[in-house]
Amino acid sequence: MLVLSGDWHLKRGFASAAAVEHELAQSPASRRIAFETGALGEWDSSLVAFVTEVIELCHARDVAVDPSGLPSGLKRLVELAEAVPDNKDAHSASSGTSLAERVGAATIAYVESIAGFLAFLGAVTIALGRFFAGRARYRRVDLMVAIQDCGANAFGIVTLISFLVGTILAFMGAVQLEQFGASIFVADLVGIGMSRDMGAMMTAIIMAGRTGAAFAAQLGTMKVTQEIDALTTMGISPMEFLVLPRVIALILMMPLLCFYSDLMGVLGGSVVGSGMLGLSFTTYFRETLHAVTLTDVLGGVFKSSVYGVIIAISGCLRGFQCGNNSSAVGDAATSAVVTGIVFIVVACGAFALVFNILGI
Amino acid sequence: MGESSALAGKTLAAQRPACITVRDLTMAFGSFVVMRDLNFTVGRGDIFIIMGGSGCGKSTLLRHMIGLIEPAAGEICYGDFNFTKAEPKERERMLRRFGVLYQAGALWGSMTLAENVGLPLEEFTDLSPKEIRQIAVLKLALVGLKGFEDFYPSQISGGMQKRAGLARAMALDPEILFCDEPSSGLDPLSSHLLDNLIRDLRDNLGATVVVVSHDLASIFAIGNNSIFLDAESRTMIARGDPKELLAHCSDPRVHRFLTRDEDERRTA
Repeated sequence: MLVLSGDWHLKRGFASAAAVEHELAQSPASRRIAFETGALGEWDSSLVAFVTEVIELCHARDVAVDPSGLPSGLKRLVELAEAVPDNKDAHSASSGTSLAERVGAATIAYVESIAGFLAFLGAVTIALGRFFAGRARYRRVDLMVAIQDCGANAFGIVTLISFLVGTILAFMGAVQLEQFGASIFVADLVGIGMSRDMGAMMTAIIMAGRTGAAFAAQLGTMKVTQEIDALTTMGISPMEFLVLPRVIALILMMPLLCFYSDLMGVLGGSVVGSGMLGLSFTTYFRETLHAVTLTDVLGGVFKSSVYGVIIAISGCLRGFQCGNNSSAVGDAATSAVVTGIVFIVVACGAFALVFNILGI
Repeated sequence: MGESSALAGKTLAAQRPACITVRDLTMAFGSFVVMRDLNFTVGRGDIFIIMGGSGCGKSTLLRHMIGLIEPAAGEICYGDFNFTKAEPKERERMLRRFGVLYQAGALWGSMTLAENVGLPLEEFTDLSPKEIRQIAVLKLALVGLKGFEDFYPSQISGGMQKRAGLARAMALDPEILFCDEPSSGLDPLSSHLLDNLIRDLRDNLGATVVVVSHDLASIFAIGNNSIFLDAESRTMIARGDPKELLAHCSDPRVHRFLTRDEDERRTA
């Protein structure tokens, strides 16, 4: 006989069935358990949880349960909870697996993701081919919106960051060069640094965080809401319709932003040059023009175009790979930024090597 | 097979030319089999219902039929056209004869309703922008969305999105219309209107309609052919006119579903 009494409220926590288990273990002879609820006050789910636990314990020990003593509402709820047998399959899916198995699964997933990436790259290349042949299906409006989004709308942030990077470069150079009385070379440092690498690099990192994440989130959401399926079943290629305008917009806009970023960096450097080193703006800009060659600028602009392709492809790829729920959209955006930045830095290293070998 | 009595139910499909034939279809994600050995035909002009409990693979079957998922085994044919084995180009041409209404409408968020309906026309016909607009307005009016042409999907209610989705699915006057749970999330009246709309489309345009549904009212109102998928045995356990299944089907699982288990409750 199990006596239940008093008020049972979830807020106050509820008794564990351990005491009952202990009691059952004490008297292995008991074959039947009944409930006495004469003094029971108010109750809620906490009591239901307790009673179901007790019943499960009894089943495990082959002790019969007589629910007739329970209030009828409670009895009904307990019956409902017990009605569906425990689904063994559902447990096994989420239970832990061995380390070796997980490493294997992760490796297979990794290899598959490379295959997926290559397939995506191929599909984008084909779509670009169709675009240049004038046979691609996309809406001009979408291309214009994408251009506005990753061109004009990015101006503010590119201005700010590039200007600051210019001043930082100038500061770092100024401290060292001043010791040799060669402060004028700050202009060379900033000019060459921005035009060859920093301009393209900073623009790319800004765009990866801004536009790459946005692409992944947009396409990921479209996948979740089946909008991409709707395009596919209508016979419209999502690759041409969604990915192409975004890739082209970035390829077109990145060089412009990069060139603009170079100018802003030089401006930032000149502010430090005139404020800290006492150089006049005229001297500073003349020195910059003298130091920076057209090759430097074009090299940087070319790099930025390649970074643009990387950002667009990683953003769109992650969006397409997105799972079917809202948290997957967040993951897709995060992973688009990470993939984008990693590949940008790798590409930057590769460029440095190749440019060095070519003597540019 | 124990379900032979259910499968032998008299169907209208037997008298009509087959429009869709599914042979030995097995659907699987990796090693997890969702459904196996599905065999059925849908006649021209049928309103064919795919029914069954939640999570048994109804929508998955629909996604197989429109080519979004490749079957693990078996094939799907439209008339004499083998959809499963077809080249991508031919398959794309076939897809243009379909209209699909997705569960939540799946309207393109960056376009207005008129643009949504107009896009397929823009892509696949030589109509002028003015004519496209005219047809889009007409299709939207058919689903009761006159005056909402220039709204964006985010500005209208879920039921309206669904109706707009139907308007888009009808844009190219499809031969086969697929609807994924058209009545879920709609109030009974809107759901009834949608049912009428689907029936009118069938009657007036001669379209064949495939509907995934577990809404009994709508199943009995529009369906004249159906299959019943069972999650536990992972295959179909009955097919035929839902009304006849209700009257004659001996399988208790089908009967319980079609009567909402009310007979047994009453006797219990």
